[in-house]
Amino acid sequence: MRRMILLLNTVLLFGMFGPAAAQDSLPPAPYAYRQLDDPQQEAAAQDLMETLRCLKCQSQSIADSDAPMAGDMRHQVRIRIAAGESPEEVRGWLMQRYGDYVSYKPAVSATTWPLFAIPVLLILLAGGILIRRMRGRA
Amino acid sequence: MNWRLWVPLFAFALFIGLAAYQLTQPRDDFVESRMVGQELPYFDLPPAMEGAEGVANVDFADGQPRLLNIWASWCLPCIAEAPHLEALKEQGAEIVGVAIRDRPEDVARFLAQHGNPYVRIGRDDLSEVQLAIGSSGVPETFVIDGKGVIRYQHIGDIRESDVPVLLQRLAEARQ
Repeated sequence: MRRMILLLNTVLLFGMFGPAAAQDSLPPAPYAYRQLDDPQQEAAAQDLMETLRCLKCQSQSIADSDAPMAGDMRHQVRIRIAAGESPEEVRGWLMQRYGDYVSYKPAVSATTWPLFAIPVLLILLAGGILIRRMRGRA
Repeated sequence: MNWRLWVPLFAFALFIGLAAYQLTQPRDDFVESRMVGQELPYFDLPPAMEGAEGVANVDFADGQPRLLNIWASWCLPCIAEAPHLEALKEQGAEIVGVAIRDRPEDVARFLAQHGNPYVRIGRDDLSEVQLAIGSSGVPETFVIDGKGVIRYQHIGDIRESDVPVLLQRLAEARQ
């Protein structure tokens, strides 16, 4: 009897604290883990998902993440691709909402142009120095 | 000694200094929505629990500014912000809720326990509205003006000190 009561208490206790600590209990979105039927569209969606950042996780793509929100983002990507949108249109839709942060594909913008300009400048500089030295020797 | 020999070392030290400075700066994890200043996109959500009304974007275009609170019953910070939502409601704010990935019975239980500050609560099982307005987590609160334009985004749970800020933003949205 005492054991029964103890067991009952344990069950009640866990019943009380269970929901508070739980993550959401809904099943994943329909296309979170399901591939598109058309293999070409699925390949396009997969390529795109690998270059979209999960907003909830540390530096993971939405293709890599099991966070529920990443699943919902994969669902959006897949249904939009299935509806005939191009991958770049879907990326644009997300970037309109979350900015550059959401995309792993670097684009030239007001803040990122030095990333593209500096290597070119360094190569030109190195080339210039090299040519001057070669001439000096000859 | 040629002074030019020192140039690469100097450049290297500059680079190290810059990297060290950037690494010690506090990190900003907030992803701000780019939808602030833009109209709410189309959506039409069913009610999140029995007895509640659903939420559609057209509900916001009737001239009255409102708060749009993105939350969930499974989200712990949402419990912390519940009393402050209540305070906002008492001070005249109309609050519309969108429950993310939630079950009606959990929503009802949460609101019975922590109070119900919402005039309407929509059910967003696929985070569609959340993604459409550029929100990246729960809880988040948006100020929507009377034309349905997003005017302000508050990321994270509402603390006591955020209450006057949100009321101020609502008043600004009224103009």
